[in-house]
Amino acid sequence: MNWLIISPILLPLVLACIMLLLWRHPVWQRWTALGGMVALVGCGAGLFGVVYVHGVQSEQLAGYGAPFGITFVADLFSSIMVLASAILGTAVTVYSMTNIENRRESFGYYPLLHLLLLGVCGAFLTGDVFNLFVFFEIMLMASFVLLTLGGERGQMEGAIKYVTLNLISSAIFLAAVGILYGMTGTLNMADLSNQVVWIAENRPEELPLLTILAMMFLIAFGVKAAMFPLFFWLPASYHTPPPAVSAIFAALLTKVGVYSMARFFTLIFTHDVGTTHMIILVLAGFGMICGVLGAAAQNEFRRILAFHSVSQIGYMLMGIGLIVMLAHRDDEIAHHAVQMGLAGTIIFVVHHLFVKPNLFLVSGVVERIGGTGELKKLGGFYKTEPLLAIMFLISALSLAGIPPLSGFWAKYILVLAGLQLEQYFIVFIALLTGLLTLYSMVKIWAAAFWTDVPDDSPVHNAAHMAHAKHGIRRMIYPIAVIAVIIVLFGVFAGPIFDVAMEAAAQMLDPSAYIEAVQFEEFSPTLGRGEEADS
Amino acid sequence: MELILAIVIGALYAAGLYLMMRRNLVKLIIGLVLLSQAANLLIFTAAGLRSPNAPLIPPGEKYPVGDFADPLPQALILTAIVIGFGVIAFTLVLFHRAYQSTGTDDLDQMKATDT
Repeated sequence: MNWLIISPILLPLVLACIMLLLWRHPVWQRWTALGGMVALVGCGAGLFGVVYVHGVQSEQLAGYGAPFGITFVADLFSSIMVLASAILGTAVTVYSMTNIENRRESFGYYPLLHLLLLGVCGAFLTGDVFNLFVFFEIMLMASFVLLTLGGERGQMEGAIKYVTLNLISSAIFLAAVGILYGMTGTLNMADLSNQVVWIAENRPEELPLLTILAMMFLIAFGVKAAMFPLFFWLPASYHTPPPAVSAIFAALLTKVGVYSMARFFTLIFTHDVGTTHMIILVLAGFGMICGVLGAAAQNEFRRILAFHSVSQIGYMLMGIGLIVMLAHRDDEIAHHAVQMGLAGTIIFVVHHLFVKPNLFLVSGVVERIGGTGELKKLGGFYKTEPLLAIMFLISALSLAGIPPLSGFWAKYILVLAGLQLEQYFIVFIALLTGLLTLYSMVKIWAAAFWTDVPDDSPVHNAAHMAHAKHGIRRMIYPIAVIAVIIVLFGVFAGPIFDVAMEAAAQMLDPSAYIEAVQFEEFSPTLGRGEEADS
Repeated sequence: MELILAIVIGALYAAGLYLMMRRNLVKLIIGLVLLSQAANLLIFTAAGLRSPNAPLIPPGEKYPVGDFADPLPQALILTAIVIGFGVIAFTLVLFHRAYQSTGTDDLDQMKATDT
């Protein structure tokens, strides 16, 4: 039994239960949560190491072979995601100790954080479509409660939109799962990959139906990933909860959608890349430009950041969408460029998983000291908090794609792949979006850090400052650690690129993934043909 | 049978989406319930209405003989119902709290956080 694969799922589950037993002791919950997150980093690092050295790992719970057992698969992409999520979870847990007030802490904030991680890690590691749905729901339930914890009016209004749109997407997901099962007779992802090939060879007349199914999954994941034009819940809700919650949402929730999309559209729905991936590419372009223009119109710290996520999701989808060129070109260069594009997506996901939450964490400190997130009422942070200002600058410039920070390499690889595939229009949009991103970041910088302190700012109030500064180190240290990660990410871009290329190769050639899953010798779906169709 | 169920599912989806497009919170949640029920019925129908016989393996055989109902879609639906129940319960409480804190059940009045 390969415990390492299921440890990122078991560990948060067990710890969440323990913390629920410690309901009356929020302080104990804190340290349990922190210990759990550190252990989760250990599990993620171990899993990544094993996958990197030995290749794709899989485990069949219940002891039955696929497609009957409960499949968990860890390839490079999923293990990277687990590791990155755990690191970020640790940082946010430390940050929460100061940022989350007692009234939220005592209503189960830390257990919910672990349940969120449980759903996220489960979604990364599962090898079964229905279990993906279940883990999505676990993640969503935890996020619903985290979003509304505290019960402020803004949170309620944001949550209504968030909950409603996500439930619609779940209903579409569920319907698509049902039809997929009706068509193929299996829900195991590795098996589905085989079945789609089988359908393409033996029943080409069913392929259009498969394309419709692919679109249903695209919509279901698109809502979760805040893809254009399904993103409206994100700017309406992300700025309402405490900054620590905004940060963990920005890091993990949309990434799970992008991850699932990348998984489905490389492993399963590859029968008609000319249509499906073209749609993804077009939506990616719209998303980039729409998100960045929407952010430019905002005047509040966290609203700008939230809207920006939409355009960053566009970049992530661009790498998936570039697979479309495999339908038109079959030469060596095209294959290499497509692989590079997908590697760009992977790098961008990881880069964004650190940079965007870090900006949210900075916004939390600014709001705590400045008393508000509105840019007009802020100012002077470069003078009073120079270290914080530098850490903001590192993250913001990385988001905009200034070399040598992580965002530059992520965008550079995507743009290079786009140029090699001669997709000049999307490259143009990507570069233009980068420029406009810089505009928004400079706007925050100029308003919150560069100008003088406004006269009516609570910064002049000694009692407010004494309260705000209390325990602020626990908010600053995680930000500093993530800023260091961002810088290191840029410095070691070469080795990271190599790993991402390998992960992309694993995804584009699913044979390793399928081989890693142990199939049952007798499998009704594998031997399907005559009698199974009656 | 498939035809009847298909019409029922279509009607449920139509009614659910129509209710969700109204401005009323209560209609929104009824719409959500209808939508999740429609999805459950869709799984049931799409997976094939094959036979009413239970998938029991007779002694000495390796798998069920003759015509039998596929148990997997039923397991999926059961899980989906349980999840849907939890989610709807949470949504009800959320909407109740939202109604208390905003003092209105009109969705058009809840635009403070929109951008």
